[in-house]
Amino acid sequence: MIEAHGLTKDYGEKRAVDDLSFTVQPGIVTGFLGPNGSGKSTTMRLILGLDAPTSGSVLVNGKRYRQHPSPLHEVGALLEARSVHTGRSAYNHLLALAHTHGIPKRRVLELVDLVGLHEVARKRAGQFSLGMGQRLGIATALLGDPKTFLLDEPVNGLDPEGIHWIRNLLKALAGEGRTVFVSSHLMSEMALTADHLIVIGRGRLIADTSVDEFVRRASGTLVRVRSPQATKLRELLLGPDVTVASTEPQLLEVGGLTPEQIGEAAAAHGIVLHELTPLQASLEEAFMELTRGDVEYKAGDILAAAESEEAA
Amino acid sequence: MSSAAGPIAIPRYTGTGRVTQARVALSEWTKLHSLRSTRWSLLVATVLAIGLPMLFAAVTSSHWGHMGPRERADRKPLDIALAGVNVAQLAIAVLGVLVITGEYSTGMIRASFTAVPKRLPVLWAKLGVFAVVTFVLMLPSVVIAFFGSQAILGRHHILQISFSHPGVTRSVIGGAVYLMLIGIFALAIGAMIRNTAGGIATFAAIFFVIPPLLNILPASWNNAISPYLPDSAGRSIFSLTHGAHSLAPWPGFALFCGYAVVAIGIAAILLIRRDT
Repeated sequence: MIEAHGLTKDYGEKRAVDDLSFTVQPGIVTGFLGPNGSGKSTTMRLILGLDAPTSGSVLVNGKRYRQHPSPLHEVGALLEARSVHTGRSAYNHLLALAHTHGIPKRRVLELVDLVGLHEVARKRAGQFSLGMGQRLGIATALLGDPKTFLLDEPVNGLDPEGIHWIRNLLKALAGEGRTVFVSSHLMSEMALTADHLIVIGRGRLIADTSVDEFVRRASGTLVRVRSPQATKLRELLLGPDVTVASTEPQLLEVGGLTPEQIGEAAAAHGIVLHELTPLQASLEEAFMELTRGDVEYKAGDILAAAESEEAA
Repeated sequence: MSSAAGPIAIPRYTGTGRVTQARVALSEWTKLHSLRSTRWSLLVATVLAIGLPMLFAAVTSSHWGHMGPRERADRKPLDIALAGVNVAQLAIAVLGVLVITGEYSTGMIRASFTAVPKRLPVLWAKLGVFAVVTFVLMLPSVVIAFFGSQAILGRHHILQISFSHPGVTRSVIGGAVYLMLIGIFALAIGAMIRNTAGGIATFAAIFFVIPPLLNILPASWNNAISPYLPDSAGRSIFSLTHGAHSLAPWPGFALFCGYAVVAIGIAAILLIRRDT
């Protein structure tokens, strides 16, 4: 579990993270989404105590990261910028970190095998490809078999097989009841992996919601209806808060009603339907929509919607 | 990476070991000996500390017949035996700086501080491990350099001095102590500056640039200031005799340790306060 309260970080004049509050729950994969430069990596560093917040605080498994007596057993971290000495072998890198917690060689060798670095474990890490570097990062994160994982852009530089492996790994970790917090600027990746999303733009919280909710809200739920009796159906459906647009004969795009409501209304009046399709924006489109233009206005929009829903 | 689709079996680890200073020291020892730059720097330092005195002893022996009485009087057996210390200190200092700046330049420091978020144990372990390694290598080096150079000079029956002669044992061991303290000092500077080039330049400025600059000052100023600089205070540890304008061995040693402690203190405060 990760709990951020009013987390704020200034670098000189620039505010990188602005009053972020969120909770990352165990048992699910939580995606941390935002365009490049939106403050994801800074937030990750604040969680790990590598940078100190200007104000606010963040707790990991109930404590500030620095207060944990055995941090590698609490949190496994994969940081975006490479965090490996280029002159040291993968094996010695892992071993040096393992020693700080008295983790034995056996565990290091086990993880080297798991991430598929067996053949290159004695090579200097500076010669590694980006993908191999990511695998080493994953092995580092798994060292202490921690309850919580913090992964900054883990699929960067991986081949399709590696990406598939990471997805399965994240789901397996969450399935075991662990907290998995994974950042990405790729919405499509999050759509496949994450259950819950925390979206930021310019250091501010834009959305904290399930993946399904996120797409639903951002896409504004239109329903495409095809019917030989389109004109009759249009008159039937029109009402306050309902919009009906038509781009070709027999085709309607209805806003403000669910497919169920439309289908039932049609059935009640004996209208034939040839198509009834909810139109959902892809996560990618939803994200573009949310972070485009005035990010703060959009943030207010979504949050207001969330609040009114909670109030209802 | 296993290509098998389906669920991944993550091997369990049930240990719950805490971070302790001893464990961090073992980690730092692993880091130190697993780098090529460490092995090269230490090899160079050892070769210089032993080799240069041998070379100077051989050259002095072969030229002894052509030297006038004044030149012969200028030759001191301990200067020859410890000639390598002056050069080895450069290799030790560069390595001392690199031990920490190498982590900043590669990003390794983030992994180190994620494993040990209290940070200071990392600094203590780096200082302790590097000091021990330097001393353990340099003590035999200077002792070998002393007896080796004495043996070469002894064949020509010149410039002989006994290891038990007053101050000789202290000077020879002092050479190794000086190199160890140089390593500590350089590591602390590296921790402050966090950049390899900047760290080495700062060290060089303190030890090689500022001391000769003081010669431009009026002699009375120079004589009042220069004994207290890190360079000359440190040197007094392995000097057999001291003049009117240099410190006695033990005060020099104490002052040099004082400089090292101040440098470590500043490094520690910055380490805790700064973002990584």
